Amino acid sequence: MCPGLGARESLEGTGSLVVAPAGCQNNAGRGRRGSGRDEAPELGPGPGPDPLGGSSGDQRPKWDSKLQYLLSCVGFAVGLGNLWRFPYLCQSHGGGAFLIPYFIALFLEGIPLFHIELAIGQRLRRGSVGVWMAISPYLGLGCLSVSFLISLYYNMVLTWVLWYLLNSFQQPLPWGTCPLDLNRTGFVEECRATSTVSYFWYRQTLNVTAAIEHSGSVQWRLLACLAACWAVVYLCVIRGIESTGKAIYFTASFPYLVLTIFLIRGLTLPGAVEGLIYLFTPNVHTLQNPRVWLDAATQIFFSLSLAIGGHIAFASYNLPRNDCEKDALTVALLNSATSLYASIAVFSVLGFKAATDHGNILNLINEFDFPEHSISRDDYATVLTHLNSTQPERVAGLHLEACHLQDFLDKVPRGTGLAFIVFTEAILHMPGSPVWAVLFFSMLFTLGLSSMFGNMEGIITPLLDVGVLPRWVPKEVLTGAACLACFLSATCFTLQSGSYWLEVFDSHAASLNLILFAFFEVVGVAYVYGLDRFCDDIEWMTGRRPGLYWRVTWKVISPLLLLTIFVAYFALLTQTPLSYRAWNPQYEQFPLKQEKSYPGWVWAVCVLLSLLPALWVPGVALAQLLAQRRRKQEDTQRDTRLELQDSGVC
Amino acid sequence: MLWLLFFLVTAIHAELCQPDAENAFKVRLSIRTALGDKAYVWDTNEEYLFKAMVAFSMRKVPNREKTEISHVVLCNVTQRVSFWFVVTDPSKNHTLPADEVQSAIRMNRNRINNAFFLNDQTLEFLKIPSTLAPPTDPSVPIWIIVFGVVFCIVIVAITLLVLSGIRQRRRKNKGPSEMDDTEDKCENTVTIENGIPCDPLDMKGGHINDTFMTEEERLTPL
Repeated sequence: MCPGLGARESLEGTGSLVVAPAGCQNNAGRGRRGSGRDEAPELGPGPGPDPLGGSSGDQRPKWDSKLQYLLSCVGFAVGLGNLWRFPYLCQSHGGGAFLIPYFIALFLEGIPLFHIELAIGQRLRRGSVGVWMAISPYLGLGCLSVSFLISLYYNMVLTWVLWYLLNSFQQPLPWGTCPLDLNRTGFVEECRATSTVSYFWYRQTLNVTAAIEHSGSVQWRLLACLAACWAVVYLCVIRGIESTGKAIYFTASFPYLVLTIFLIRGLTLPGAVEGLIYLFTPNVHTLQNPRVWLDAATQIFFSLSLAIGGHIAFASYNLPRNDCEKDALTVALLNSATSLYASIAVFSVLGFKAATDHGNILNLINEFDFPEHSISRDDYATVLTHLNSTQPERVAGLHLEACHLQDFLDKVPRGTGLAFIVFTEAILHMPGSPVWAVLFFSMLFTLGLSSMFGNMEGIITPLLDVGVLPRWVPKEVLTGAACLACFLSATCFTLQSGSYWLEVFDSHAASLNLILFAFFEVVGVAYVYGLDRFCDDIEWMTGRRPGLYWRVTWKVISPLLLLTIFVAYFALLTQTPLSYRAWNPQYEQFPLKQEKSYPGWVWAVCVLLSLLPALWVPGVALAQLLAQRRRKQEDTQRDTRLELQDSGVC
Repeated sequence: MLWLLFFLVTAIHAELCQPDAENAFKVRLSIRTALGDKAYVWDTNEEYLFKAMVAFSMRKVPNREKTEISHVVLCNVTQRVSFWFVVTDPSKNHTLPADEVQSAIRMNRNRINNAFFLNDQTLEFLKIPSTLAPPTDPSVPIWIIVFGVVFCIVIVAITLLVLSGIRQRRRKNKGPSEMDDTEDKCENTVTIENGIPCDPLDMKGGHINDTFMTEEERLTPL
């Protein structure tokens, strides 16, 4: 007799009953027996849509450990924006005073939304499409398409980072010198007019055209790097979370290591402290500008990568009884802490860069034949005034620029400009530049890569759950097809006008749609699904009921806040004229960028990008309505035919 | 008499060498920027060396092989360190044309720089542009090499993962079918009638059936 036979099964009913004993490979039999057990990991008792949980026999993949899950969420949330958007916002919106709206937005909007995403993903154990199917249909498709659009252009930025990384393995760095012109008597005109780093970025990397209509040709260098980037992404997401879980240990922790190294190095450089003081000096008057509050709210929103579906996907692979509240708080606070940490590192390096620009002092020394190094940065002001009073004509003839640290730091760009122009120039001045360049760009690469994992999971998990491909097709094929589709679509960014297109995507594809989806998320959970039902779910998962803070924010504050942000953002977008700044060497005021407006068809593309993901919601609803009506028509036709037959018999 | 001649010569020299004079060049040295702690002091000996180097450069020019050190005149030495110089002809009445001096200096710029441990940026001859070094282009750009290495590693890793996935799936497909066989065997062996399981014919595990045990066997054998 096989041991371990449960008394219940053996004594059920009379007559022959064939039973598979527990000792004989019970696992295979579980699926056949259905949901009789009370502790099945797939389902839970009590509230919740049970049929969604364990309808299929095969197990959902699981995280190897809690640390993997936390690192994945942190890696997804912490991305390039933490490094180059937050410091810019902090400095331009009143330094330390910006932290006030930032933290208010974090606690009223960021953390509640994040908790919702983790909770529903964990409870319903489905990607975004499946999750929204249960609460309010059709939203999942919108999330999926937004994830797709974001993946396209996000990986293009990684391609640029990879290109710089590949070029960092040489001394001297290629962006430190201008190429010679044809006569070998001087440097190339474009390079002389701007600077070596700008030339390397705009000409040798992007080879940018003067306008977005002139597409130019595909840059094969960038295309090769793009292929390599997508190959790396495919390598990491090939088996879903099995493979990303292994890769995330490195890609999520390496940036912190390098940030620390840069912080220590930056703080030891001269001028760093001034940069930091300038960054954090609070200017409370800026808080009166509503734009500051809007920027804080949107920064928190995009920084946590909400409404993309990636966090839902990650949470769906969790064990059902997992404390999602603590996870949400941990990840969100860690994300903000990383932003602050990164901004300290960035601004200490920028302060150093500002301090090394002592061109004016050299001019003075050369003109008046003072001994070398006789004027330090501190004496500069007094010496200048003295000379100005005694020999004003000679001083005026020098055309000295006003030398204020603030002026330089005010002009710090955000986004790609910070990384590829300002930071690369700062690295040139550091001793041992190739090492710092390699470290910096590999940090950027791993930061972006861990965010890409979340984006790809936001695409792949819903596709897997919906069952786009038949079950016998292995997962590697699905992930490969997704990566290939993204790669082919992203080749448009390798054109010479690619960077302009990327700007279009960045400003229009994601922003409005994500805010809209987040709004529907909160409203759907709080009102359609039912807040009480949701609180019961959370109590079942974490063991305690959500407190007043959560209930109030979910029910009232977050939806209102999101609606306000959406309206304000929409108003802002419609008010600002659709223009872009082009790099045109023929422009009279070159090296300043030329302000151009988008042509009509580009404007149409912008509008399409903004609306398309959101149009899934009414679009699919309409399609389902039409299908229902057609079915009803067929039914009525069939009924009338039967009636006629019956009447005909008589 | 000799004193008068001396003063005359220096006076003429002084006239020839003046800031912005014809055929005069300004030189600017940045010794402390270049050498830091190891910077030397600019004194008359260094000036003598400079004059020697300029004279040496001029002697390389055809028709000027007779240039002496005394033909090179320095003036207006400042603390910066910067000064003006001219090269006079043997009669010491007029200066040599600027083009000749310029080409001579350009041909020997490297030797002059090395004599003072400086380079083109720290020993500046204003108005004499230096020939820029040709760009050092390696035959294969470095980025292609690194790219090739990275790409190959990634492709190999992907292939390995895909192959191991295929092998795993094949093993899993064989596994459940084996499990099914044993399960069927198990299912076939245990039949229950009226709620009482029948004893299977082939039993696993050492179950001793008391019916067939004899008295002797109950006692442990010696």
